Amino acid sequence: MARATLMTVAVSLSSMALGLLIGALGAAAKLSAVAPVRWLAEGYTTVARGVPELLVIYLLFFGGSQAAMFVASVFGYDGYIEINAFTIGTVAVGIISGAYSTEVIRGAVLAVPSGQIEAAKAIGMHRWLMFRRIMLPQVARFALPGLGNVWQLTLKDTALISVTGLVEIMRQAHVAAGSTREPFTFYVVAALLYLLLTTFSNYGFQRAESWAGRGVRRAS
Amino acid sequence: MNFQLMWESVPSLLGGLVLTLELVLLSLLLGFFVAIGIALMRLSPYRLLSAFAYTYVFVFRGTPLLVQIFLIYYGLGQFEAIRDSFLWTFFREPFWCAILAFTLNTGAYTSELIRGGIQSVPWGQIEAARACGMSRVRMFRRIVFPIAIRQALPAYGNEVILMVKASSLASTITLMEVTGIARDIISTTYAVVDIFILAGAIYLTINFLLTRALGYVEWRLSPHLRGAPQPVLAPTGIEAH
Repeated sequence: MARATLMTVAVSLSSMALGLLIGALGAAAKLSAVAPVRWLAEGYTTVARGVPELLVIYLLFFGGSQAAMFVASVFGYDGYIEINAFTIGTVAVGIISGAYSTEVIRGAVLAVPSGQIEAAKAIGMHRWLMFRRIMLPQVARFALPGLGNVWQLTLKDTALISVTGLVEIMRQAHVAAGSTREPFTFYVVAALLYLLLTTFSNYGFQRAESWAGRGVRRAS
Repeated sequence: MNFQLMWESVPSLLGGLVLTLELVLLSLLLGFFVAIGIALMRLSPYRLLSAFAYTYVFVFRGTPLLVQIFLIYYGLGQFEAIRDSFLWTFFREPFWCAILAFTLNTGAYTSELIRGGIQSVPWGQIEAARACGMSRVRMFRRIVFPIAIRQALPAYGNEVILMVKASSLASTITLMEVTGIARDIISTTYAVVDIFILAGAIYLTINFLLTRALGYVEWRLSPHLRGAPQPVLAPTGIEAH
């Protein structure tokens, strides 16, 4: 179970990282001045948030190799390509978590007061410096609570990857339950492990939030 | 794209729609009652009750739904006492196991929404109700509950969408709803994208219709936020000019 727990953590972390990348790009696309880019991002978040996670996982599980082989054949390689379960899981959960991150980051960007952007322009900051010094620190702070929720979702969604055969907590519990004929015991252990992970990360996010908000005065 | 195959798969996918809707609507209905109970326990002055409600919500929100489903469907069969009792006719059926897991799960999430709603009821309303001499039960029924529901409704829309998506997990315990049927067609035909588009469209349509319906309920429940009604008859004095 310990190795399976590490696997769950590894898949969750890599999906979250992919999701954050997609989220940053998605938020930029949604706030873009070019209308078709906005529509594309809108379509992505609508579908990825409206369709069951399990369906997305099946899409990549059954279709991932096909897609990879198609791309490879364009470049002249016609052999069989098999994508491992870890990659499929990361990409599938990453796509879902990316859609939620997009909305969180978009909201955080919009929460930065426009007066600050004007002030930065007035003192002659160029775009990159303004992004680094003004936008990034504040967007990170505003997005943190929302990203905490996205992390919890991501962590729990990785349980669904067990259908692809990747040995994470859920799969391990299923196998152990089958061989020992004690399903209740092993699923309770699995539940406790997830509870441990969510509680720990919740605490971590609380710490991060108070760190990010250390210079901010609060009501009450 | 294989349009022939897509066209032929539509009836079988729609055949799973009935089961999907049964799962969603039944567990939302039952889950709503669980949620009210849990929310009231959470707000109760008795420490034992509120501690129970807190733990319940903590456990059900902190673990994946898949674990909860497997725990009920596979796990409970481990105990001979349950297998021998009358409960077994109930827990033997994957349908009722799924309903139970979904109900308990959505109950936990919804109870937090209702709690937030109850806590947002302005104190002045409660004082006014007391001043009118309303009993506690009547005050809850006529004042606190309606206002709390109205407050919680927008967030409840998200919970409904989550429930629609969660119903796909029933396919992991042999129930053939839309996702289960989609998986079967995909694994025999390997028309992955085609079937994904169809099944995805079905879910998006359900979500769209349900959120619209909730939007309508919200509109009905908040007449005070709409503009003053337009007079049906034009005032007669103006026409005389």
